[in-house]
Order: sequence, then C-alpha cells, then structure tokens
Amino acid sequence: MPTKIEKDAVTGQDTTGHEWDGIKELNNPLPKWWLYILWATVIWSIGYYFWSSPIPGVEGFQEPARERLEQTMATAREQQSVFLEKIAAAQLEEIRDDPELLNFAMAGGGSAFADNCAPCHGQGGAGAPGFPTLADDAWIWGGTLEAIHETILHGVRTDDIQSRYSEMMAFGDGILDRSQVSDVADYVLSLSGQSVDRDAAARGEVLFEENCVACHAEGGVGDMEQGAPALNNQVWLYGGTKADIEAQIWRPQHGVMPGWVDRLDPETIKMLTVYVHTLGGGQ
Amino acid sequence: MVDIYGNADAQSRQEQKHESLYQNRVKVYPKKVAGTFRRLKWTVLIVLLGIYYIAPWIRWDRGPNAPDQAFLIDMPHRRAYFLWIEIWPQEIYYLAGILLLGAVGLIFVTSLFGRVWCGYTCPQTVWTDLFMWVERLIEGDRTKRMRFDKAPASSSKLTKKAAKHGVWLIIAALTGGAWIMYFNDAPTVVVNILTGQASLKVYGFFALFTATTYLLAGWAREQVCVYMCPWPRFQSAMFDEDTMIVTYESWRGEPRGKHKKGTSWEGRGHCVDCKQCVAACPTGIDIRDGVQLECIGCALCIDACNEIMGRLDLPRGLISYDTDRNLANKAEGKPLRYRLIRPRTIIYSVLLVVVATVMVWSLATRAQVDINVLHDRNPLFVTLSDGSIRNGYTIKILNMTREEKAYKLAFEGLGYAEMTVVGQEDSASQNIARLTAGSDTVATYRVFMVVPADLVQGEVQDFNFVLTELQSSETVRRGTVFRGP
Repeated sequence: MPTKIEKDAVTGQDTTGHEWDGIKELNNPLPKWWLYILWATVIWSIGYYFWSSPIPGVEGFQEPARERLEQTMATAREQQSVFLEKIAAAQLEEIRDDPELLNFAMAGGGSAFADNCAPCHGQGGAGAPGFPTLADDAWIWGGTLEAIHETILHGVRTDDIQSRYSEMMAFGDGILDRSQVSDVADYVLSLSGQSVDRDAAARGEVLFEENCVACHAEGGVGDMEQGAPALNNQVWLYGGTKADIEAQIWRPQHGVMPGWVDRLDPETIKMLTVYVHTLGGGQ
Repeated sequence: MVDIYGNADAQSRQEQKHESLYQNRVKVYPKKVAGTFRRLKWTVLIVLLGIYYIAPWIRWDRGPNAPDQAFLIDMPHRRAYFLWIEIWPQEIYYLAGILLLGAVGLIFVTSLFGRVWCGYTCPQTVWTDLFMWVERLIEGDRTKRMRFDKAPASSSKLTKKAAKHGVWLIIAALTGGAWIMYFNDAPTVVVNILTGQASLKVYGFFALFTATTYLLAGWAREQVCVYMCPWPRFQSAMFDEDTMIVTYESWRGEPRGKHKKGTSWEGRGHCVDCKQCVAACPTGIDIRDGVQLECIGCALCIDACNEIMGRLDLPRGLISYDTDRNLANKAEGKPLRYRLIRPRTIIYSVLLVVVATVMVWSLATRAQVDINVLHDRNPLFVTLSDGSIRNGYTIKILNMTREEKAYKLAFEGLGYAEMTVVGQEDSASQNIARLTAGSDTVATYRVFMVVPADLVQGEVQDFNFVLTELQSSETVRRGTVFRGP
C-alpha cells in the first residue's frame, strides 16, 4: 500500500508512495477509462466463457457448444448430400469422368483415406513393407476401379465370405529344403533382371515350374485372379533381397486387410475407390 | 477567472493532474487560433479529406471482366487495384514494401521536421480537428464551451449537444461509408446501402467504422495520442539537435510574468504568461515545459503566441518552429544554421530510395505469368514395376492477363526423364505439354516425372520446370527436386 505520497524534487510530480531500495516510483496515472475498459473485458470474458465453451462434467453447460457443433455438421452434411446422392447413383467410371463429382470424391475419398487407410498404406498410398504401395503400377488383386472397389468392400483374408483370399504354402514345411529354396530365390531374382548365380537359377527354374507356376504363372508374371503377385518386376511387398525372398518362400507372411462394407457407407467406399485409383497407378 | 486577454485561466493537463493512481479525464477545450500554421493545417485537412472521399470514385478502364475502379481492394476475388497496378495475393510482399516505405518515410520526415505526421496528416488529428471545428461552430469557442458545459441542463443545451453529436455522427457515417468504398465498387455499394440491399457484412463494417470514427475523433481525441498511440513513445529517438520542432525560447521568455502596458521590458522575459499557448493546444499541454510526448507538433501554440507578441509589439517567434541547435545559437546571438543533410537523414533517404527503386523495378519487370511447383510429399517417390522412379508434382499456372493463354511446359536438367501431365497423356512422347489457363485464373495440373532406374542420380536431383507463354514467349523457370531411393 502507498505509504508516503510526496512530490519528486526533479520532475515536480507526485510519487506513488512505493519505494524500492531508495528508488521512488513516480505516479503517472493511467486514465480511468482505461481501467474501466479492463474491467469490461474481464466481465465480458466471464460471460463469453460460458457462452462459448463447455465445462467438463457440468450438465447443461456442455450443450451450447455441442449444439453448435451439431448444427455445423448438419449443415455440412446437408450441403454434401446433393453430391452424395449423385455419387450413390453414379457408376465408378461416371464419377471419374465428371470433373465436379471427381473433385468431390477426391476430397471425400482423401479424408476417408487419411482416417482409415493411411495408418497401413501411408499418406498418399506410399506403402510400407508388408503393406502394398497404392501409388505405383503394380497390383496384387487388380487396379481397375471395379477391382479396387471389390477389395475395399470385402478386404483381404477376412472372415467375409466374399473376401479376397489367397494363401501361399510354407515350402519350409518339408516340401523344399534350404538349398532348393535358395535356388528358387535366385531364379525369382533373375526374373526381375538381377544378376544371380546362373546354375542356381537354372536349378531354381525347374523347382519353380513344379511348385510355383500354378499361382505365379509362367515367368512369374503373377495372377490377379488368385492374388498371386507378379515376381518379374521391381516392386516387392516383403522386400527384394535374396534373404527376404527366401524367408517368404520358407514361411510366407500373409497380409490382412479389413473389409469396409460394414464400417463405411457405400458412397464413401466409392469415393475411396476413385481416390485410390487416381493416386497414380490406376488401370 | 477571466484575464485581460478575455480568456479563462488555462491550466495544462500536467497542472490539473490527479493524485490518485487512476486519472480522471481532464477535458481539453482548445481555443480557436488564426495564423500561418492554422492555415496550413486547414489546407492539409481539406486536401487529405478530398483525396479520401474522392479516390474511390475515380474510374479506370481495365477492359472487360475487370472492375473499373482506380483504387479497389477486392477481397472476394482476391485482387487489389491501384491505378494501373494489379496485385495478386501471392504478391502481397508489395504491401510489405509499401509499409516499409511508409515507416522509413515517417522516420525520415520526423528526423527533418519533427512530428509533422502527428500534427498535420495523422487521421486522428485530421478528424479530431474537423470534429472540433463542428463543436466550435455549435457550442462556441473555448470560454463559451467551458461555461456551456458547466451550465445546468436546459432545453437549449440539450438541443445544441444533440446537434453537435448529430453532425459528428453524420461525418462519422460519411467516413465509415467511404472506407467501405475502397473494398467495393463505390457507386454500387452506395446504392445498395441506401436501398437496404447491401449485405450484413457491409452494414456491419459500415457501423463499425462509423462508431470508431465517432468515438475516436469525437470523444477520445488527445487520449489516443497520449495513451493509445505507440508512436510518440519512440519518436524522440529520431530527433537530434538539428530537427525542426516546436520550441519555446526560454532564454527570451523567462522570467515570465504578467505585464502592464507602458511598463519596461527590462529585467524580465517576453513571456507574459497569458497561457494562450496552453489554451490553444489540442492535447492540453504547456509547451513551455519543453519537448514532451503529448506534443503532436501541430504548431497551433506558435500561432497563438505570435498573435499576442504582435499585440505587444514584441518580435514574433517566442514559441517557434526551430532546431535545438538554433535555439542555443539565438540565445548566444550566434548566426542560425540549418543542417538538413546529416548522417541520419542521408541513411534514411538512401533507404527510401533503395526500397522505392526495388519496388518500382519489380513492378515494372514482373511477369504476367507465373508457376508454382509443389513436389508431392506423400509418397516422395514411387518405384514402378519396371524399376523406374516416379515423382508427382502439382503445378499451378497463374495467368494474370485478361485473355485465355496457351503455354508450353517443358523441363531441363533431368536427363532422360519422361514427363506426363495427367489428362494429357498424348504429349508424353515429346516431353512437352501444351496447357491452357483461363483469363485471370490459376490453372492446376498434375505432372508425373519418370526416370529409369539406372539413371536416377542419388536421393535428390535438382531440375527446372520451364513454362513458356506461346504468344509472347515469356518464360518462367521454377526449380524443384526429383527424389529417388
């Protein structure tokens, strides 16, 4: 509290009566209206707090903010409904070929992708070991709009009866021995143009014909009907080194993708399809 | 108390200061003055208000599909027009340039002539002056106004107060309305406002600008300069002993005191302590206390003092517009010396010229076409089945002209790459794409660059996209990167 208000000799101004280590504070009074504005803002902020933000756990005070959010979302949904109805009625190709619908589908599909798909397939379909890249031109189950749509709907290796399903034998379970697996791996590497031990590859080719062609087809071109990946390209799901390939032959890993038919509405799945198709590799 | 000059005793705000920690408003009743600086102030006021109110009405033919207003900031379409200059959002650095010019200009002028900005051209000063003129017309000059305020409420007092606030509000509305016109087509928005067809936004801003003008120029006045404005707090850093400022010649004025006609001036100063300088001051200070932050340098006290000096047959200029150095020189009887060219004014003017030159140069040479190149972040690159590496780009072509334009997109510095523009696959073989962009728009294209596996050079390779406008062969290059494993 101010103790002794006196005049400062040099400036002729009053002091506030505050003194610290012999230094006296001059009184340069703030205008009253400034003080009133300060109080006005304080009072305003109290009212504004109750108006604008919910108070956790206090029933009733959560409502205004929640209601506003619901209104905003309802408005957004209403504005989207025009497009969503069109998308529900349209064929996938029609969506792709109509610039307006494509634009909407790209936005809707993009956000659905970020929410549901990006954790495994990466942002923009960048992929990761074990999770196919969706932005390249190699497809396991097909890269047409229809094929992508089917995969998203029912997933891969799920309980869904319509699910994409394929399983590669574990050749390590007494079918091939270690050296045979090594030979097959050399042959598979040669399919994608890599330099390998020619003799081993020749031995591997015989084993490949006997064991692998049924699914991976002659020359390892793959078979999308069975979900057998092409082996004659540079895209490797579980890695492209010889050790990776041997491991996959010996005891294969099988990725699982959930089906989204029960989790996302049909329009969103359509938009996702178009979005994935346009990532760069759509067929 | 009314003195021999017919005025109530004037007290500066300092003298009326309250002892509390919070200060009651000390109302300032500036007296009407006549003189050189008052005339200068009126002239500047009329010119500035003239510019402010007339500028939005100047028409400018920009051809079809463009607004005809010479000065327009078109928020919805994200364009700003200043005579022949058209600014796009990505050229907002011109605004930074203008602000820089303004700041350096202000500093430059202040170092030469003190606070002429505050005293003559600041909107707060100009509108307050206008409002005070209205007040004086209705309520009378200083003494009359003080008496009028103290008088008990009566119907004539109420009428006069209402008339004053009414006129203030009209001026405020005209001011707020004119501001709207810089952001809308002036004739249209005026008709819309008057016929009730303008948007809620327009009425909102109209009300906001009207209210701020009324409150700041009518009520807040010197409080803005003293308490709200940051400028007075550091403007003295631009002063030196050669800066022209409003000064009181204390060597000549002191000791001050009342003077009786016919008595000698021997042994006393020329200041008769009539306090006309205090009465005239719009911020209510006593200039005889020296340079202070409340002084806006409007020089009205000079006019007021000169009038008294004239009546007393004394030399004018007891309060004058002069430099600190000359004040000392005068006191010692030395010749006066004005130094406009000093290190600081040289630095400020060089800065001004440099910034202005850079702006004019960049305005004169700026391209009518531009491209923005965005490299995909996810994924950074894609390995295709044949092992080649593909990068994706989003290219935005900015066509700043009024016609649809055709462009040729090519690239340089990326060896055997193959370029594909999504939707224009035919052009891939030539590695040149023909693209178009509509008038005054931004066209967006997706571009893929594919480099064969064995030709990818490292993780990052720099290269350029080259866009050429076919008609004028105006060419823009934008550097970007190609990423590999």
